[in-house]
Amino acid sequence: MSKPKLLLATQAIAKSYGPVTALRSVDLTVRGGEIHALLGANGAGKSTLVKILAGVQPADQGVLRVEGQIVRFRTPADALHAGIATVFQDPALIPDLTVAQNLHLSRIDRTHFRDGLGWFGLERLDLAALVRELPLETLRIVDLVRAVARQPHVLLLDELTAALTAEQAERVFALLRDWKKQGKSAVLITHRLAEVMHICDQATILRDGRNVAELAPANVTEHQLVEAMLGASLEPTSAASRSERPPGDTLLEVRGLTARHLVQEVSFAVRSGEILGLVALEGQGQERLFDLLSGNRQPTAGEIWVNGTRCHFRSPYDAVRRGVVLVPGDRVIALLPNQSVQHNLATPLFGKLTSWWRLPSNEGTQVQRTVEQLSIDTRAAAQVRRLSGGNQQKVVLGRWLVGGFRTLLCFDPTRGIDIQTKHEIYALLRKLAAQGAAIVLYTSELAEIGLVCDRVLVLHRGRIVDEQDARRATESSLLTAAHGLEAPV
Amino acid sequence: MKSSTARKQKNHTRQPQSWLAENPLVSLFVVFLALFLLTGAVQPNFLSINGVRNTLLQAAPLGILAAAQTALMLTGGIDLSVAMIATGAAYVAANQSPNGAGVALLAGTLVGLLIGSVNGVGVALFRVNPLIMTLAMSGILLGLFTAWTQTVLAGSTQMAPFIKLLGGGAWMGSVPYSVLVWGGVTLLVFWLFRRSGWGRLLYAIGDNERAVRLAGVRVWQVRLSAYMLSGMLAAIAGMLLGGRTGAVDLQLAGAFLLPSVAAAVIGGTSIFGGVGGYTGTILGALILSVLNSLLTFLNVGQAIQQMVYGSIVLALAWGYASLMRRSGS
Repeated sequence: MSKPKLLLATQAIAKSYGPVTALRSVDLTVRGGEIHALLGANGAGKSTLVKILAGVQPADQGVLRVEGQIVRFRTPADALHAGIATVFQDPALIPDLTVAQNLHLSRIDRTHFRDGLGWFGLERLDLAALVRELPLETLRIVDLVRAVARQPHVLLLDELTAALTAEQAERVFALLRDWKKQGKSAVLITHRLAEVMHICDQATILRDGRNVAELAPANVTEHQLVEAMLGASLEPTSAASRSERPPGDTLLEVRGLTARHLVQEVSFAVRSGEILGLVALEGQGQERLFDLLSGNRQPTAGEIWVNGTRCHFRSPYDAVRRGVVLVPGDRVIALLPNQSVQHNLATPLFGKLTSWWRLPSNEGTQVQRTVEQLSIDTRAAAQVRRLSGGNQQKVVLGRWLVGGFRTLLCFDPTRGIDIQTKHEIYALLRKLAAQGAAIVLYTSELAEIGLVCDRVLVLHRGRIVDEQDARRATESSLLTAAHGLEAPV
Repeated sequence: MKSSTARKQKNHTRQPQSWLAENPLVSLFVVFLALFLLTGAVQPNFLSINGVRNTLLQAAPLGILAAAQTALMLTGGIDLSVAMIATGAAYVAANQSPNGAGVALLAGTLVGLLIGSVNGVGVALFRVNPLIMTLAMSGILLGLFTAWTQTVLAGSTQMAPFIKLLGGGAWMGSVPYSVLVWGGVTLLVFWLFRRSGWGRLLYAIGDNERAVRLAGVRVWQVRLSAYMLSGMLAAIAGMLLGGRTGAVDLQLAGAFLLPSVAAAVIGGTSIFGGVGGYTGTILGALILSVLNSLLTFLNVGQAIQQMVYGSIVLALAWGYASLMRRSGS
C-alpha cells in the first residue's frame, strides 16, 4: 500500500506581529484520509497557524503547499478555492442576517446544507431565524455544516467541540470518520486530549512557534502528549490544595430567583471561603442566572442578598459596588482588545466618579503584582488582542484582582484553554477562596468540579435539581442529575 | 503565486515600512514638514516667524474643535454640531459683550455646555446614534439662531474688545493669544487623556463598551461628560473665531466642521473608537492649516482648491490606514 498523497503541507512557516514572534518555523504535513490533531499550550502558535492556513493572514516566510502545488493565500476566498475550509473558534456568521441569508452570501447549496443539518438532528432548524438568536452550539454546527457543504479537501476545525454537548461531539466524530474514508482530511485544534486519542490518526505538537513533535496518538499516552506540549514532565493531575478551614459568613444568597421561564425559583447561598460549583447541560438557564447575579439583567421575581442585605442590581455597577463581580463565559466581552494589559487590568478602578480625576498612584504596583501573580505573558502587552487565549483569560480574571471583590462569579473560565493555564486558574480560585472570597463556578468540564469545588449544584431547565458534595460527586452522578434524572440508589 | 525574487524584494522594503507603522506620528510630522517647505517654495515669505505665526493662528480654532472631535471619536462617537455650537456660542458672547468680556465668555461657554449636554443625554441615555443626534442638533441650532438673529440676538454682531484681543491679538506682539488658549486646551486634553481615569474610560468605551460596563462603570456618565466637554471646547473655539473676525455671522465656523473630523482622522484616531490620541490630531490640524495656506498662495481658484484639498485629505487618511494595517491586525 503506497502512502496516501500529501494534501496540505507547510515548510518553515513564520509569522510575527510587530515585535512578537508567533510562529518561528512550522512544518506541518497532512495526508489524505487522515484526521490530524494540532496541539500546543497557550501561545504556541496554533491560532496563528490556522489563520495562515485559512488565508486570513499571510505568512511572513515559508512555503505552503496544497496537493504538492505551492500556493499563496491572499484572502480567505483563496484558501476556500484551494479546497481548505475552516471552522473558526468564533462562528463566522453575520449575526444580523438569517441563516439562509448567510448561506446565500457564501453561495452554499441548500440541499447539501439540509443533509448536513440532518446529520446533527437539526433538520428542523428554521433557516429564517436570525443568527444572533441561535445558541452558540447550534451556530458552531451551522458553521461546520456550511464548511462541509463547500466540499473541501481539508477541514480546519478550531476548538469546534468546546461549545458542543457530548452527544453533538460524538456526531462530529462520526462525520469525520466518514470524511476520511472519502480520502479527505481534517485538522483538529483542541484542548481535549480524550478527543485526540479517540479520533486522530496523527498529532503535530507546537511549542513556542515550532513543531516539536509528530506523534501517532495510537502509540502514545495522553500523558506523553502533554509532556510534548509542555516540554517538561508535568506533575500528575491533582486536586488544587483545598483548605480544610470551614467556610465563613454567607456572602451571597439568592431566594426564589426567577427570570421568566429561563430561571425558575433558584435559591442557594455561598459562604466566604467556599467554591460553589454549578453544572448544567447547554442551555439550561445558566447564562441568564449569571446575568441576574452580576446585575447584567434583572430578575422577574426573587431576592438577592449580599452580606445579609437585600440588593437590587440595576446594572453591573450596583453588583460591583457590592463586591459581586463576573468573569463572563466569552472572554471577548470583558476585554479591551486595543488597550494594553495594564489598562485592561486597571479598568475596574475607575467605576466611581470620584476616581475619574486622576490615576491612582498605586496603579502600577497593583497591576504589576497581578501580572506576576497570574504569570501573564506580557511580551505582547501593548495590545491585549495580540495575547494568546489563555493569557487573555488571565487578564479577564486579573481585572478583579486589581479591582477587588468579595464574591466572584466565574462562567466556564477554562473553556478553550491549555492544561497548564487551567491548573493555574484552579490553583488561583482555591487561593482566592482560602483568602475569604466566595466563588460561584459554572463549568462545562465535569472533571473540574471534583478538582476545585466544595459543593456543586445541578441546574436543569432553569431549576436547581440536585446538590452534591463536590468531593464525592462523580462525572456520572453529575451527568445523571444534569439530565434531570434521579440518581440510582 | 509570486516568484521568490518578488518575495525577497518585499522583505527588503518591509523594514522601514514597519518602523513607520510603529511610529506613525513621525511620518505625519514628515508630511507636515514637507508641506511647510513646499509652501515656502511657492511663497518665500512663508518661511519666516510670521509664516509660522499665521499657521498657528489659523490652526488654533481648528485644533480646539478637533480636540472635541478626538475625545468623542475615542468613545466611538462624533459631534457634527461643533460648528453650529461654535457659531451659537460666538453669537451669545457678542450679545453679552456690552456686559463685559467676562460675562460674554461665561455665557458663550455655558451655551456650549448646554448644547453638549443635550447631545450627551440623547446619545448616552436615549441611545440615539451620535451621527444622527448631532446632525439633527446642528440643523435645529441653525434654525434657532437664524430666527434669533432677527429677534433676541438682533444687532449683536460685535465682540467685546477683550475677546477680539484673544482671537486676533498677540502677547508681547509676537505670540497670538489664541495660540496660548490652544496651548492651555492642549495641556488640559493631554492631562485628561493620559493622566485621568476619565481618559482611560474614553479609550476603553470606544474599544469595548460591554467590558467597561461589566467592570462596574456607568458608561452613560462617561459619554455624557464627553459630549459636555465637546460642547465647551466648541464654544471656546467659536468665541476665538468670532474675536478674530471681530464680528459674528451664521457662517462663522461652518467651514471648520469637516476639517475638525479630518484633523483627527489624519492624526490616526479611529472613527470606531479606542485608538488614537491628541498629538496626532495637532499634527493633523497643522497639516490642514498649511495646506490651506499653500492652496491660497497657489492662487488656483476656489473650485480647484476644494478638489485638491479633498484629494489630499483622502490620500492622507488612506495612507495612514494602510500604514496601520501593515503594523498587523
